[in-house]
Amino acid sequence: MKLFVSPSPHVTDNISVQKIMLDVIIALLFPLAGGTALLGIRALTVTAVSVLAAVASEYIWCRVTHSKNSTRDLSAVVTGILLALCCPVNIPLWMVAVGSVFAIIIVKQCFGGIGKNFMNPALCARAFMLASFPAFMTDWQISSGLNSKIDAITSATPLTESTYSISDLFFGRIPGCIGELSALLILVGALYLLIKRVITLRIPVSFLATFAVFVWIMGENPLYHLLSGGLMLGAFFMATDYTTSPVSKTGHIVFGVGCGIITGLIRIFGSYPEGVTYAILVMNALVPFIDKVTLPKKFGAEVRR
Amino acid sequence: MKLLSFKGGVHPADNKNITADIPIKNAQMCSEYIYPLSQHIGAPCTPCVAVGDRVLRGQVIADSDAFVSAPVHSAVSGTVKAITPHLVHNGATVNSIIIENDFLEESVDFKGKSFEEATCEDIIASVRAAGIVGMGGAGFPTHVKLTVPKNTKIDTIIVNGAECEPYLTSDYRVMLESPELIVDGLRLAMKAVGVKSGKIAVEANKPEGIKALGMAAKGYDGIEVCPLKTKYPQGSEKHIIYAVTSREVKSGCLPSSAGVIVINIDTAVAIANAVLFGMPLLRRIVTVSGRAIKNPGNFSVKCGTPVSELINQAGGFKAEPAKILGGGPMMGFALKTTDVPVTKGVSAILSLDSSEAPIFDESPCIRCGKCMPACPMRLAPMLLNKAVSEGDLDKAQELNIMDCIECGACAYACPAKRHLTQSCRLGKASLRARKENK
Repeated sequence: MKLFVSPSPHVTDNISVQKIMLDVIIALLFPLAGGTALLGIRALTVTAVSVLAAVASEYIWCRVTHSKNSTRDLSAVVTGILLALCCPVNIPLWMVAVGSVFAIIIVKQCFGGIGKNFMNPALCARAFMLASFPAFMTDWQISSGLNSKIDAITSATPLTESTYSISDLFFGRIPGCIGELSALLILVGALYLLIKRVITLRIPVSFLATFAVFVWIMGENPLYHLLSGGLMLGAFFMATDYTTSPVSKTGHIVFGVGCGIITGLIRIFGSYPEGVTYAILVMNALVPFIDKVTLPKKFGAEVRR
Repeated sequence: MKLLSFKGGVHPADNKNITADIPIKNAQMCSEYIYPLSQHIGAPCTPCVAVGDRVLRGQVIADSDAFVSAPVHSAVSGTVKAITPHLVHNGATVNSIIIENDFLEESVDFKGKSFEEATCEDIIASVRAAGIVGMGGAGFPTHVKLTVPKNTKIDTIIVNGAECEPYLTSDYRVMLESPELIVDGLRLAMKAVGVKSGKIAVEANKPEGIKALGMAAKGYDGIEVCPLKTKYPQGSEKHIIYAVTSREVKSGCLPSSAGVIVINIDTAVAIANAVLFGMPLLRRIVTVSGRAIKNPGNFSVKCGTPVSELINQAGGFKAEPAKILGGGPMMGFALKTTDVPVTKGVSAILSLDSSEAPIFDESPCIRCGKCMPACPMRLAPMLLNKAVSEGDLDKAQELNIMDCIECGACAYACPAKRHLTQSCRLGKASLRARKENK
């Protein structure tokens, strides 16, 4: 009889990194499905190329560095899908592939792999693509899909050209990036993640509420702003990334509030129509500090009677 | 009824249905009994018998002059076969007295006192003479717990009926089968310390236990049964104190600093048996469970019984066990052999198959933070794990690693299956060693 001897605990919860990533992938299928229906099959092609490039680069990195193959945890797949959702449907396939490789190799693997990156890989790659391919990343012409009936001007999204109604924004009858069209589908995906306890409401709600209050104080329409651009996708899927957000409950709130304020500042005062990307990246950089100051007080730290 | 609780914790599947309804059965006698000289926290005992001596059931075979210690008794009559180092369930090798059973069951005279007759000093002396140690597993000598220093004021005694470890039903069966003894033990402890308020705290997944204790406690002023929310580690001393009294025991201090003493259900029974019937601690209730064992059940096991013997009496294995645990799955010890004795602190023998105790490889921490709401001490296990694996003991100390109670809730919750609890143990041991070497 061969007995296994290891230290306690000897049982673990029915949870794994792979299961969590799979849940995120399922949740992302909702905005992806919306993007495909509204913008055409090319949305799926862009996503497929992005995912393949991400998984392939992680696999090759692991081989070259003689490390254990980490692609099984599916985090590269999540990064691939997220990046594709941030691109316009007409983005040349080689560009999204380059962005994907950047996300995995530079932002994630160079810093130590999963859990060690300090910035959200998909978001950082999006910023990289915005800087490297500005025209292509802002070309929202639609040639097929349900939205092809919209008269889309190249550089206009609801943020620069407010001829769209609130319900247009909610259902996605607008030009924009693949995953950022339908607030409804993003919320459905987010609801799935909440039910599966992958994310909590702390970061998204503190983010969106702070942002809404901020723009309202500045005299703009909070609902219009909330439903425009990558705000919903960012608040529910990017800002909630485990590795690049704080670990404590208080930390989550501080992080969300910071994201909300910076997004508001960029949208109102900055020259970018989008603000979510840079807001989250800036807050990502502050996470080690936030962690340090927001850890809870230990049990028994003071005598409470 | 409002359920009392603490913040944090996890909810492992409790698997108590396997043995909850099986009444306690006396384990049959066997030929050899092994008595380690240290089955408790504190100074180990020295033998007061020699090889070849005849001993009686209930006779003291080892004792110590130290205050923080407890005598060891033989649970059978027989002859001292050997005094030699022997492996015990937590992996240590301890000098032990081996007794060969003569199956005559000749006992020493047991003399008890009534509740009214017994004075505080009588109670504490009886508790020490009976070799009673914390039956929850920690094994702290109970007479030391009941001897309160003059400047400490105690106002409550809590009987810990949480039994929060999965699979374990030994305390539960004691609640159903001997609730009056539990209440008597509590009343004796209250008398010994001079306390008017006694609380028996039981998790809500044991409604029959709560009912039985409620009936047994009826009519006694000052004794209350408190239902607790079912959560692990509700049975942790500090957390049961918090749940029942809303007091947080200050870091680094004993429960007595919060005015509370906590004793286990079976310890209360042992106190009653010692004072009222003069019986020393000779037996332990052990839950034998797990999917690999043929006839799971709750056994009244004489101290010193080899685990292999107990497993045979439970029908042996019906499947190949992946792990055999002495204790519960969250804090118990994995046995490398069944040739170890059931000592005062062994509450369960679990034979788990590979589906119940799967072995996982560690993967990198993804900073998901699930360990933080799990930690009942409000620490950050993933940061502690990082500090210890980097050798940064100062950082670990700053992050309050010494407050870790090693309950295992963090490692239970971790999706990356990281060895969080083990790294806390290592860090604590390293810090202790570093302090000693200074």
